[in-house]
Amino acid sequence: MKAKVYVTLRKSVLDPQGKAVQHALETLGFGRSVKDVRIGKYIELELTGTDPAKAGEEVRVMCEKLLANTVIEDYRYEIVEPAREAAKAAR
Amino acid sequence: MSAEVTITPEIIQKHNVTPEEYQEIRSILGRDPNITELGIFSVMWSEHCSYKNSKKVLKLLPKDGPRMLVKAGEENAGVVDIGDGWVIAFKIESHNHPSAIEPFQGAATGVGGILRDIFTMGARPIASMNSLRFGTLDQPVVRRLLTGVVAGIAHYGNCIGVPTIGGEVYFDESYEGNPLVNAFALGLARKEDIVKAKAEGAGNPVFYLGAATGRDGMGGASFASKDLTEESEKDRPAVQVGDPFLEKLLLEAVLELLKTGCVVGIQDMGAAGLTCSTCETASRGDTGIEIDVAKVPQRETGMVPYEVMLSESQERMLVILKKGREAEAKRIFEKWDLHAEEIGQVTDDKIMRVRWNGKVAAEIPPRRLADDAPVYDRKAVEPKYLTETRAYDWRSAGKPGDLNAALLKLLDSPTIASKEWVYRQYDHMVRTNTTVLPGSDASVIRIKGTNKSIAMSVDCNSTYCYLDPYEGGKIAVLESARNVACSGAKPLSITNCLNFGNPHNPEIFWQLQKCVEGMRDACLALGTPVSGGNVSLYNQNPKGAIDPTPTVGMVGLIEGRQPVTSHFKDAGDAVLLLGTTREEMGGSEYLKTLFKVKSGLPPRADLAEAVKLVDLLQALAAKGLLKSAHDCAEGGLAVALAESCISSLGQETGAQLTVDAAGLAPEVLLFSETQSRAVITVAPERLEEARRLIAAQGYPCAVIGKVGGHELVINGLVRVPVEVLSHTWRGSIARRMDAAGGSSAL
Amino acid sequence: MKFGVVVFPGSNCDHDCWYALSGALGRPAEFIWHKDGDVSGYDCLVVPGGFSYGDYLRTGAIARFSPVMEGVRRHAEQGKLVIGICNGFQILLESGLLPGAMLRNDSLKFVCSYVTLRTETSATPFTRGIKKGELLRIPIAHGEGNYYADEATLAELEKNDQIVFRYADAAGRTTAEANPNGSLSNIAGICNKSRNVFGLMPHPERAIEASLGSADGRRVFESILAEAAR
Repeated sequence: MKAKVYVTLRKSVLDPQGKAVQHALETLGFGRSVKDVRIGKYIELELTGTDPAKAGEEVRVMCEKLLANTVIEDYRYEIVEPAREAAKAAR
Repeated sequence: MSAEVTITPEIIQKHNVTPEEYQEIRSILGRDPNITELGIFSVMWSEHCSYKNSKKVLKLLPKDGPRMLVKAGEENAGVVDIGDGWVIAFKIESHNHPSAIEPFQGAATGVGGILRDIFTMGARPIASMNSLRFGTLDQPVVRRLLTGVVAGIAHYGNCIGVPTIGGEVYFDESYEGNPLVNAFALGLARKEDIVKAKAEGAGNPVFYLGAATGRDGMGGASFASKDLTEESEKDRPAVQVGDPFLEKLLLEAVLELLKTGCVVGIQDMGAAGLTCSTCETASRGDTGIEIDVAKVPQRETGMVPYEVMLSESQERMLVILKKGREAEAKRIFEKWDLHAEEIGQVTDDKIMRVRWNGKVAAEIPPRRLADDAPVYDRKAVEPKYLTETRAYDWRSAGKPGDLNAALLKLLDSPTIASKEWVYRQYDHMVRTNTTVLPGSDASVIRIKGTNKSIAMSVDCNSTYCYLDPYEGGKIAVLESARNVACSGAKPLSITNCLNFGNPHNPEIFWQLQKCVEGMRDACLALGTPVSGGNVSLYNQNPKGAIDPTPTVGMVGLIEGRQPVTSHFKDAGDAVLLLGTTREEMGGSEYLKTLFKVKSGLPPRADLAEAVKLVDLLQALAAKGLLKSAHDCAEGGLAVALAESCISSLGQETGAQLTVDAAGLAPEVLLFSETQSRAVITVAPERLEEARRLIAAQGYPCAVIGKVGGHELVINGLVRVPVEVLSHTWRGSIARRMDAAGGSSAL
Repeated sequence: MKFGVVVFPGSNCDHDCWYALSGALGRPAEFIWHKDGDVSGYDCLVVPGGFSYGDYLRTGAIARFSPVMEGVRRHAEQGKLVIGICNGFQILLESGLLPGAMLRNDSLKFVCSYVTLRTETSATPFTRGIKKGELLRIPIAHGEGNYYADEATLAELEKNDQIVFRYADAAGRTTAEANPNGSLSNIAGICNKSRNVFGLMPHPERAIEASLGSADGRRVFESILAEAAR
């Protein structure tokens, strides 16, 4: 089982890196297509457990304690079971 | 790739091994090599590791001197005695090709590699510098390279906590597509703490320390010995990723380990990784070494001996311990959370034996591998372009027009302009020893608890080297000596990084030979032997070779006094010009910047004159007479004077000057690049004393005016407000980089 | 007054702090390895700069879980002094000993340079000897010194006089140009409500001798020493 964790700066916090990338996309001609860019982190955890609900709760605590700094960052995560992952890939 | 691959001519060619070299390998082994052995020979016999094309030329360089404790080529870096039991180890090395492909990681791992060379000798790195060369900043790709390289150096150096205290950044079209990233590092040690990279004592265990081995950087050493082509863009796997945090742990652990005395020998796994470190330590110890690649910590699965032996994963080292002292060492590894694994032992059969799952994967006499690489006599032919450039008359370029505007244009040239945009990104103060920050002629590091400081400078005017390789090579050494002397230091020794094109081209080889001859003559005249360095050939892009670039890192010693900086200090101080200005406009920044011309005969450097000036600057500094001293280099006298006015932020000042033109045209007086000149200032009450000392040494000198006011005034020719000079010079690179928008974020 | 300098894997200003205290100021100072939880023998703890744990994940995020941080927390709760410099400040923020968080510099680049600091309060043990409004020249060297706090936190900081230093120009004005990293309200250093925990991005230990370019950093350490003598 896998957890996919996404950490981004909170909406209220200026993201200078995102702004710079947005600016660069504008100069590449994507100005009309892109309204906003937020840069974040993607963290993948290989989990040992088999109970998605239990794992989800644990990952939430991990995010609160370490993976995100909630003063400035928001996080969300998905728990992916191998069977579903494989099915997804097959599609 | 498996161990059972049959060796075909195609495979041999793919390894850059010539048919003659293959025959030599066969005669060494008494049989055909297997694929692992072929791989091992190919990396050890690449130019990068063996210097097979440059060895004969390198022999020209002087390596001996009373202060030289470890001479060039003996160890990973040269070691110089600075007295009272202190020694310094220093070296410069190229990371050009990796930086061209992936500027951030290429430059970062260049810094990591040179630092490992220093601390594996038992010296704590106390300063880094670098010499960077790029195409021109109007190219987006060049801006991307500069951004990436500088960020990469900052990433690694700042994190590991070694101050990056200066260097040079040079822009010229010849480096387009083939930037140069030469990294210099200097370490400090007590004389008795210097260790050798030797494998001695049969039965002593061989440990592998640091990061696990992956497939990254496969064959990087042979990669660095090929021309860069458009194909190389696809060679991305050859670039390694650095981990400065891990290296910081290695640095502290290794220095702690060496203090215990349980280490026999230690070597970084740099180019050619495990192969190079095992065969070189065994060769130096005149022993054998046996390792089991299955025991090597691996990051990826399914790796075969060929890959493990050739991988260039970063932050790894080979440590040979005294038998019975393993537990002591392991405690230190554990303290620093480092992974160490015993992978083999020293043997007495003078064979490097690589085992894999009980089988022998390679068996080679290490000395033949490390020291008996073929040595080639390459053909040298004087390049044809020189006939044309030598005959060039600088006057044909045109008139300079308004001289104020010409001066500003030169100060705006990124090669001359302030490099603040670059060095602000480097932590140049950590360790609280940097007494002269970047921006002066030389940067200076004090040694706490002593009365000693080390001044250092890296230099090379590659335009001179292109137009006259002999004079250019000579001037690279002399200018670096002058820079160091301007800080009041006595030049001690150089390290060099010889960056050239493809040596199979006789014209390129001629450039290499002549540059080295010039360096040799300058080193002999100054009494500054070469303590070590590195050669980087095959610096080509689709348009041709780079300009010959023998980068020099000069190190000097200051004892018992404060260093001198290059900026003007107080109003009323007398400004003196040391040296004579002659009409030497060929290869000048004036021609390059104002007229886009790179031609003519560059300045001639008189060796006796150059040595005299270096001695004079030290004599003046010793008496405490120098309030400032600045070398005249690119851009000539006018640029040197302007820089003296503006180079210290917040302390800018003007100067009122009258220079005897002695029949020279105004642009010659202002912008000629005659060598062996310096601008110094002296307090008015000590002017007579200074003049007497200079006269006694018989050096040409003119008092040309005073510091003060808000303008730089030179004769009736130049009158520019200091703030205009400062704004132009200080913002040049930022104006070009930041105009490019947010590309730095990508 | 006995100082303890905490050393994490990746700390690189630990030696500079130790040298400033024991060498330049001649005070007893010792290193404390991060695996040691016991910090009871010290009067003032220095959490130095550097790249603890490589700054991986976030600056200071991993260091805060080191055993020594439990000791630092207890030490702070007892009202004893803690000063966090640069990465040390970031660690104190991550561990919640100081409010707010650090973002990347708005230039997206590492900046090493002298800056001018305006002293915002003398009412801390770290600035007792410095007059309010006094300007200090001290270097910065960081890639993530862009201080952030939400509006409520900023209002709290202001109300409780917790802002200790602000970035200013040579005339003492806290302009946008004088702000080297985009910090909220030009904030360079703050203290906690009880005023015994202090964090700042600039490096006072680097401005300890005139030969290095400035000795203004001494003022901070001298204030701590004067405080102890009271």
